[in-house]
Amino acid sequence: MEVRSWVPVLLLSLAACSKPGGGDASANSSAVTLLNVSYDPTRELFSDVNAAFSKHWEAKRGQKVTIKQSHGGSGKQARAVIDGLDADVVTLALAYDVDMLHDKAQLIPADWHTRLPDNSAPYTSTIVFVVRKGNPKGIKDWEDLVKEGVTVITPNPKTSGGARWNYLAAWGYALRKPGGSEATAQAFVEQLFRNVPVLDSGARGSTTTFAERGLGDVLIAWENEAFLLTQEVGKDRFEIVVPSVSILAEPPVTVVDKNVDKRGTRAAAEAYLQFLYSDEGQELAAKHHYRPRSQAVAAKHASRFPSVSLFTITDVFGGWKKAQAAHFDEGGVFDRIYVPRAR
Amino acid sequence: MAVSSRRRVLPGFRLSLGFAWFYLGLIVLLPLSGLFLRTFTLTWAQFWETVTAPRALAAYQLTFGASFAAALVNVVFGLLVAWVLVRYRFPGRDLVEALVDLPFALPTAVAGLTLTTLFSANGWYGRYLEALGLEVAYTSVGVAVALTFIGLPFVVRTVQPVLEDIDADVEEAAATLGATPWQTFTRVLFPSILPALLSGFTLAFARALGEYGSVVFISGNMPLRTEIVPLLIITRLEQYDYAGATAIAVVMLAASFSLLLAVNLLHRWSHRRLEARPGH
Repeated sequence: MEVRSWVPVLLLSLAACSKPGGGDASANSSAVTLLNVSYDPTRELFSDVNAAFSKHWEAKRGQKVTIKQSHGGSGKQARAVIDGLDADVVTLALAYDVDMLHDKAQLIPADWHTRLPDNSAPYTSTIVFVVRKGNPKGIKDWEDLVKEGVTVITPNPKTSGGARWNYLAAWGYALRKPGGSEATAQAFVEQLFRNVPVLDSGARGSTTTFAERGLGDVLIAWENEAFLLTQEVGKDRFEIVVPSVSILAEPPVTVVDKNVDKRGTRAAAEAYLQFLYSDEGQELAAKHHYRPRSQAVAAKHASRFPSVSLFTITDVFGGWKKAQAAHFDEGGVFDRIYVPRAR
Repeated sequence: MAVSSRRRVLPGFRLSLGFAWFYLGLIVLLPLSGLFLRTFTLTWAQFWETVTAPRALAAYQLTFGASFAAALVNVVFGLLVAWVLVRYRFPGRDLVEALVDLPFALPTAVAGLTLTTLFSANGWYGRYLEALGLEVAYTSVGVAVALTFIGLPFVVRTVQPVLEDIDADVEEAAATLGATPWQTFTRVLFPSILPALLSGFTLAFARALGEYGSVVFISGNMPLRTEIVPLLIITRLEQYDYAGATAIAVVMLAASFSLLLAVNLLHRWSHRRLEARPGH
């Protein structure tokens, strides 16, 4: 009897110690803490969003909200949440990683992506090329990447979520061009990867390889990373080339149901994600080089985001799970592209 | 066990042995057994297919080969550094002492990035090596370079105290008995430091086998050419293939353990030989 009575007390006090302000946070209390588990290149975006949302929420509900951010590779972040990291919301690079929160740990329902507008991706990006100043190799479109003597930098799609978008963009281009088929697409991607001298494990690694090591003629990158590189890091050293066709990259967001219900933070967490769809949130996304979903905000920034013919993962690959299984899992197309070249 | 009854310093041999086992069990064996349990979700055929895939085989070869090469280089040059530090007093010696430990302290990712910057085609070293036709960054040589960097302190720090224990008198005595410097080194000094060198080699080798952070930057991670085993494990994890990741980890673990065991036996043998020599 005695033992039983102190166990919950001990657990409660442990919980209170481990997450100050989290254990007792509820919709009615005066302060709430949220943890946003995100991927690498969103650090600056979310520090702005967090400040803006805190103001917005306090004005609306009179509740102080502190949002903590965690960044890392998208897959690694998803695994941390699966293994018990108390994320209230996840904002990751690809839907496949979010799907795993359902498949591996039942943290969210299977239809999570229908809960918010636009497949639960409040902002988008696409895959573009970065070339050296003056575009010495005359790179204009995907076709130029498979030419002899052109070296291409892209990270390893097996370890980098971002690189999977790059790979699928190339595949989709080859598949959809006149006369394209699965076979020609595979041949195209195989040819492309022959021009890749190094496979960094993450997208930032590839950017470093291209920008600092001077390796490669073309870097395949997310548009927001490309902007960062050309406007902030390497001003006047690089140029962006937008291909004729590319993929619509939709980095999804969701509330982690099990965690918000346990912590009593659902109201704030859901409002936080909805805030991303507000004009203010959309403006911040545009400021940080993501394409806004809102037509009105997008129109204001139209000059910065050239129009590209964009296809989605669902259009071409039937969704992330199918794409992952066919291309990136063990024995998938990516492995087959490499194995015949064994010495 | 007759020996232990006389040499005991701490009381309670059974208690301390029991505690040692408990501690090792808690810290080492328990987590590792979790690893083994996870692989049991695979059938034998799946396990075999995973661990003998061409990319896995290439990665074992690179990881063990480069680690071995790096540990060997460190044995030679680590001994040299230790010798200089023990036998000579020179300005800046404290600085060298501190430099030796730096690879311990430096985050491995920083080491990897720095080495890649130096050795890539436009880097300080790389541009000259490139001219000589030697590519280091993004090749298996680069992997060995990174592993050499992180392994150096292990050899220096294990050999140094042993060298300090050898009096310069011993060398003088050898000289008065008519030994050439080479004989003094091979017959007198080397046998005394061999066990320590072996320990240093083992530590550097073991450290290199598990290294990930510094290598992924310099290796370029090309399938079948410059992928190390830890990268394959990460790759599997990125696919949420926990069982596949642990299968490769188990192979790595078993191979590393057998190798370390073998080196330890060799170490004991060389130590015994040293003890058996007259004058000891």
